[in-house]
Order: sequence, then C-alpha cells, then structure tokens
Amino acid sequence: MIGDTSVKIKVVDLHKSFGKNYVLRGINLTVNKGESMVVIGGSGVGKSVLIKCVIGLIKPDSGSIGIDGQEITSLKEGSLNEIRKKFGMLFQAGALFDSLSVWENVGFGLKHHTSLGDGEIKAIAVEKLGLLGLRSVEDLMPSELSGGMRKRVSLARAIAMEPEILLYDEPTTGLDPIMADAINDLIVQMRKKLEVTSIAITHDMVSAYKIADRIAMLYEGKIIEVGTPKQIRESSNAIVQQFIQGKAEGPIKAR
Amino acid sequence: MNAVFGYIGVYFLRFLHESGRISILFGQTIFLIFRPPFNIREALSQMEEIGVRSIPVVVITSAFTGMVLALQTFTGFKRFNAETLVGTVVALSVTRELGPVLTGLMVSGRVGSAMAAELGTMRVTEQIDALYTLATNPVKYLVVPRFLASLVMVPVLVVFADVIGIMGGYFVSVKVLGTNPTVYIRRTWDYMELSDIYSGLLKACIFGMIMAIISCYQGFYTEGGAEGVGKATTRAVVLSCLVILISNYFITAILF
Ligand SMILES: Nc1ncnc2c1ncn2[C@@H]1O[C@H](COP(=O)(O)OP(=O)(O)OP(=O)(O)O)[C@@H](O)[C@H]1O
Ligand SMILES: [Mg+2]
Repeated sequence: MIGDTSVKIKVVDLHKSFGKNYVLRGINLTVNKGESMVVIGGSGVGKSVLIKCVIGLIKPDSGSIGIDGQEITSLKEGSLNEIRKKFGMLFQAGALFDSLSVWENVGFGLKHHTSLGDGEIKAIAVEKLGLLGLRSVEDLMPSELSGGMRKRVSLARAIAMEPEILLYDEPTTGLDPIMADAINDLIVQMRKKLEVTSIAITHDMVSAYKIADRIAMLYEGKIIEVGTPKQIRESSNAIVQQFIQGKAEGPIKAR
Repeated sequence: MNAVFGYIGVYFLRFLHESGRISILFGQTIFLIFRPPFNIREALSQMEEIGVRSIPVVVITSAFTGMVLALQTFTGFKRFNAETLVGTVVALSVTRELGPVLTGLMVSGRVGSAMAAELGTMRVTEQIDALYTLATNPVKYLVVPRFLASLVMVPVLVVFADVIGIMGGYFVSVKVLGTNPTVYIRRTWDYMELSDIYSGLLKACIFGMIMAIISCYQGFYTEGGAEGVGKATTRAVVLSCLVILISNYFITAILF
C-alpha cells in the first residue's frame, strides 16, 4: 500500500464480530483513486458495518484499513477526525439532525470547518439541494420531510463539503425510479467532475450497473467476487448469479 | 450461595465499568470545555432550557417546602416554647440543605430525562455517528454545552429556591400561625451566615455537574432502539437522584 498513489482505500483481512455474531470474516478490498466501487450483498451480511469501519465509526477486531496509504485502525479520535474531513457519508436511514433545519443540516460541515457566514452557507445548501431536485425545502425541519426527501437531504449534506471520498449507504432505496435514476446520474457526475472516490452500497442492480466502475459482492463475511459490471454479469459463480438475477432458489437461502 | 456471590460480583464489575466510563466522559468534557471553538449559542440555548424553563417547578417545590417546614417546626418548637426560632430553622434548612437537594432532584427529573432522551434518540438514529463523519466531536458539540449550562444554571435556580423557600416559611409563620413579622425576620437574619448560602451553592454546582454528566452518559451510550431510549431516560433520572442524595451526605460531612 505504501507508495502506491493510485490506491485510495485499501482494506486488508478485516474481521469484526458483535458478540457471537461474526459479521466480517476477512474482507479484502481495494478502491483506486477516482473509482466508483459498488458493494452488493444480501440484507444483514455486513455491508453497512464495512463502510462504517472504513470511516472509523466501528473499530474492527483485526485487519487493516489504509486511506491514502495511512493506516486508520490504530488512530486516536483526534487524528481520525482529520482523516474524516476527506469523507462524506450518506447514512442508510438519513441520520439528519432533527434539531436543525434542512439548510443547517446540509451546511453543517461548512459551518464547522470553514469561515463562511450563514448567508453563504445557506446559498451553498440551496444549490446542493437543487442538484438533488429539492426546491424550497431549506427552511423546513427534517420531521416535515418524506422518506425520499430525507435521503436526498442527507445526500446533499454528504456532498456539501465536496469531499475526496464518498460513502453511500443505499443512495436510491426508497426513491421512485425516475428520482433514483437522477441520483445515479448525480453520482456519476460527482465522479467525473470532482474525481471523487466512492463506495456505494446497493441492492438495486440497475443502479449498480449504472454507477459502478467495479462491483464487489459480499457474502458470508467475505468479498467473494470483484469485477467490472460486465464481468459480474458474466460471472460463473452461482451465488453471484443468483443475487444479481434476484432468484429465491439457489445457493443463498432466503431467511 | 455461589450464585449469590456470582450476582454480586457481576453487579460490582458492572458498577466499576460504568463508573469508569462516566469518569472518562467527565474527563473528556472538562478537557474539551477549554478547547476552541466555543459554541456559545448552544450553551445559551441550553441555559434557557435548563434554567429559565425550570423556574416554575423549582418555585413551586421550594415554596411549599418552606411552608411545610414552618408548620412542622412550629408544632415541634411550641412544645418547648421556642416558636420564635422557626425562622432560623427554615432559613438554615432551606439554604444549606433543601434548596440544593430538592432543586437537584427536580432538575434531574425535568432536565436529566430530556438530555438522556435527546442524546439517546440521536444515538439510535445514527445522528451521533453522523457528527463523527462530519469531523465534529459529539462530546464537544452535545455534552459540553449541556454540562456548562447545568453547572451555571443549577446554582441560579438554587438562589431562587432559597429566596422562595424562606418567603414561604415567612408567609405561613406570619399569616397563618400569627408570628410577629419583625421577630421572624430578625431571627432569620441573626443566625444565618454567608457560609450557609455558599455551601448550598457549592452543592448546587456539584449536583448540576452530576446530573448533566450522568444523563448525557446514559443518552450518549444508549443501545437498542426506542426501548433503549426509554431505559436510558429512566436510568438517567434514577441514577442522578441517587448520586445526588449520596454525595450530598459526603459533601456535608467533609466540608461543613
Ligand atoms: N452496532 C451494532 N451492534 C451489534 N450488532 C450490529 C451492529 N451493527 C450491525 N450489527 C449486526 O451486523 C450484521 C450486519 O449488519 P449491517 O447493518 O452491516 O447489514 P447490511 O449488510 O447493511 O444489511 P442491509 O442491507 O439490510 O442494510 C447484522 O447481523 C447486525 O445485527
Ligand atoms: Mg445496511
């Protein structure tokens, strides 16, 4: 990992269990600079846990995570905070601050890490919300939004600081197909224009094919296959095939 | 028998574990108070919530406590013709003891529960995680303003409680029991020392810190969804009240 400047995120032999629940069992994953990686996998396999490890919210039991060649698993909270300034994260359930208005949510990072005034922050927030098809919502409170709107506000918050790395936990779930496609376009644009490196989690294969440079499939605590959308579609692995075709029969048992 | 010792052992370990974590949060909070940036607006809004909005509760509590204290003391003291000392007893009890303790308990119920519920909800809906991802220290952002506001406002509330409690005692003694007002006031002032008030206010500061740190701790480390938030809220109130009552004895025994 050291010296290799094209690698942005490198996860090596990552293990994590919660009590008896052994979730990640040796994850290996490399994401290159400017690459869009999509992680697919069944519900509860640990996709969210994986990206929370990458941003240092969950401490893994063992293994290493390198961000720009810097090992983060052993970092103290203070230095971890510095690393986190490179990141933006979209939480699966939004995680909007419900005591702050929509624009204050979107502008939270700007307010705390730049010297911009409230007026400028609000203008930026409105612009980002506009990119996501949200108009005149900036003064609402999160409790006044629909589920899909919350998701987009949360996405606006994640991109507001124009971070180098974006982690999307199911960016399109809960959105109608047209809006979902607009979000996919936005994610593609972010990568092209800003050269963002991203990891996106999704169940939505349409979205995965559209936004991914490479797709990784997580199954039983391991990444069982990584490849371009084309390679994944043509995979000879029965587990991968069952998942991408969404069949109830096959090696993966619906629990 | 072994099972009993087993239980005691488990509870004792859990107690040590929790006290350790609360102490760590306390240490972090103290450390972060002095680190810029200072979020004055948030601290002020917490002061309003903790201080201003608690005034009605504290006023009612202390008024009736002062009143009942006057009634009870009068009944007892009449038996040895010391009715004139009622004012002294009310003033000393309220400033040294009942003002700070009752205010501490009422504020734990009103504010401690709200702190635990609010932070607990933020934890289970991943808002605290979101703070981390936005490179913000949640202890700095959430705990420090609540802690500071409690440290400042609980003593202020105790001043209210003292004044209202003494006035309640005066009212009952003079208007209901017919004590001579001049005598009552003289007895109140003659035996009261400034240290009585200071000691009460020192207790108030300590109780404010105890309430804030225990309640924030319970909220901050909530687990298990809405049910977990409920449990954290209950624990915050019960534990704050217990620790306030226990520490009250030791503060009194050691310092005064
Ligand atoms: N903080 C936690 N404490 C205990 N267990 C956890 C925690 N977070 C996740 N888990 C467990 O880890 C496993 C994986 O959870 P995770 O949220 O990563 O699933 P997922 O792959 O994101 O699923 P979904 O697609 O449904 O979001 C689950 O069994 C869950 O119970
Ligand atoms: Mg998930």
